[in-house]
Amino acid sequence: METQRITGAEAVMKCLQSENISTIFGYPGGAIMPIYDALYDYQETIRHILVRHEQGAVHAAQGFARAGGHTGVVFATSGPGATNLITGLADALIDSTPLVCITGQVASHLLGTDAFQETDVIGISMPVTKWNIQVTRAEDIASALAKAFYIAASGRPGPVLVDITKDAQFGLTDFHYEPCTEIRSYRPVPVPDVELLAEAAALINNAQKPYLLVGQGILLSQAEERLLQFAEKTGIPVASTLLGLGAFPADHSLYVGYLGMHGNYAPNLLTNECDVLIAVGMRFDDRVTGDVSRYAKQAKVIHIDIDASELNKIIPATVAVHADANRALELLFDLVNENQHGQWLQQFRDLEAVERAEVIEPAVFPDREKLNMARVVNELSTWNKQHQDLIVVTDVGQHQMITSRYFSYLNARTNITSGGLGTMGFALPAAIGASLARPDKTVVAIIGDGGFQMTIQELGTILQHGLSVKIIILNNHFLGMVRQWQQLFFDRRYSFTEIVNPDFVTIVSGYRIPAQQVDAGHAFSQALETLLRTEGSAFLECVVEREENVFPMIETGASVAEIRLN
Amino acid sequence: MEKQRYNISVFTENTIGILNRLTIIFTRRHINIDSITASETELKDVYRYTIVLRETELQVRKVVAQLEKQVDVLKAFYHCDTDIVYQELALMKVRMDENRMTELEQIIRRHNARLLSVSPAYAVFELTGHEEAINHIVADLDTFDLLEFARSGRVAVTKPMKTLEAFINELV
Repeated sequence: METQRITGAEAVMKCLQSENISTIFGYPGGAIMPIYDALYDYQETIRHILVRHEQGAVHAAQGFARAGGHTGVVFATSGPGATNLITGLADALIDSTPLVCITGQVASHLLGTDAFQETDVIGISMPVTKWNIQVTRAEDIASALAKAFYIAASGRPGPVLVDITKDAQFGLTDFHYEPCTEIRSYRPVPVPDVELLAEAAALINNAQKPYLLVGQGILLSQAEERLLQFAEKTGIPVASTLLGLGAFPADHSLYVGYLGMHGNYAPNLLTNECDVLIAVGMRFDDRVTGDVSRYAKQAKVIHIDIDASELNKIIPATVAVHADANRALELLFDLVNENQHGQWLQQFRDLEAVERAEVIEPAVFPDREKLNMARVVNELSTWNKQHQDLIVVTDVGQHQMITSRYFSYLNARTNITSGGLGTMGFALPAAIGASLARPDKTVVAIIGDGGFQMTIQELGTILQHGLSVKIIILNNHFLGMVRQWQQLFFDRRYSFTEIVNPDFVTIVSGYRIPAQQVDAGHAFSQALETLLRTEGSAFLECVVEREENVFPMIETGASVAEIRLN
Repeated sequence: MEKQRYNISVFTENTIGILNRLTIIFTRRHINIDSITASETELKDVYRYTIVLRETELQVRKVVAQLEKQVDVLKAFYHCDTDIVYQELALMKVRMDENRMTELEQIIRRHNARLLSVSPAYAVFELTGHEEAINHIVADLDTFDLLEFARSGRVAVTKPMKTLEAFINELV
């Protein structure tokens, strides 16, 4: 095999090229300078996005990965550069997002000496990475990165961190890149047990009230089409988790809504009435299940997941199938009977009508002049039904739940949010990543006034790279979700949730992004139109009702059947 | 579900940091590890960790699934005490007392302990056995001056006949 002698730093760049990496999100610093020096010669083929804080880099890489379906790549330096990645790594791990983060490290002879900007990033990142490794020799870089890319993207995807000491970056090595395709101790693609699938099919074929719950596993295994075929053949109603939104078209006649604490009325309530629950690519998060001891006790549960440790972790399964969602649905499709469940589906529609009358209509068509959150999201969704061009990125809190409730996700990978970790500050950098992964789409970030200020510095990234992100701030001058809980469960003691905000329009204008503010309902449609029709980035601050609550709601400790409408 | 003693066997690649990756799984779930031992197995470069703990079977099953999920873990199992053959080793260093030599000899004989080293000042002997056997000899030495005492964690092999190699061959 032909090899060439190059530095470890250049080897990093060649590895990235071999993995067809087009985009890196990063921030330079002392211990990663050799890699940045090598990057200087690769600018023609690899785009580097200079963020304003390493947390921004990792969230941007997450948005890039989630929108585009490719592994996100991050560069950061040692010490604080590396520790600033931790929140994003934790977020990516819990939300199964493939990332390869490359951190510089002090020279190997300085490891453990408390050298300048030395930190034990391997130790710190271990609980929040799928895998990590420290490389101290140039000749080990290629194999470490090959493994990293393989592990990040295969099986249940997740973040991987490769820490490279400065001497390894400077060192010379013969370079040859061999993509990793197999690791003895790691079996990412399970072979589904056909007997279990036959048992599952029998349960489905005999069910009177079967019910499909789908999660992000559908998107990660690219099973959207198979899910559609499976649902249409069997006539089974489909509900989605937060991260599954978009996996099944929200305007489909079998779609019954969004699950969980602030989800729709019918899909939560009827979880406790179905006779066969088919959960695919989801993990029964506590925000979905409510009280597990009163969750779907009447149902036979079929759980399909690629991660064996998720099976029987929260909800005991009657049939637990360790499989990739796409493959499992493919095999199941041939085993299930064509069917229809009109009466059962009607139960969902009846409850949906109740929710529509009591919650949805008053929220999206308010009889007040003051703007409210649901109206904003509903009009955005109406725009999207016409244009089908939006990717919606949300932060964490009330605006996130309102968006998940009132935006109709019609296509895969159009919903990007921080689900498992609930990371405020996620949306702005994630939207930056999404806009780079999908330049053909319009990326809209919907953010609260609190979360926006957690990563507001990334406006600088948008400015420097001329990126196109539409930013909508739902400003209620509160940390709204916490305030809602204080109102409902802490006797209205608003402990440090009221927030004094700066003049956002002035700040955003300082970054040369066209910015407007709207607070009246009648002016909103025009403002939204202006936002969406502006070339490049644009900003719209919606000053909304201060003390609006998100309903329905399943209180902590309550059963899904106890979901309250107000 | 009742808590009882379980023995978790984890087979791993020989990588830096793997022990940390295993133990943080217990830390995160607020599970105390009673003992942990590690060594190379009959297969070169495959390491075996024997972890003893008291927990419910349900929790142990979930922990084992988390252990096995780690990229560098080949396989993880759990067994209750009746499904394994196990031993612990203890080393005891006792101050020599000329007046009680016979008594010390009797203790060593009674427990089938083994004398390893003798000097005018002290004697070192070892005992291998179950935890209880070691506890008994320590109790018998109560009136002696026990200068140092060290005991290993549990090492164990399983009673079922499937070999580690067979499991690993299934992986590749």
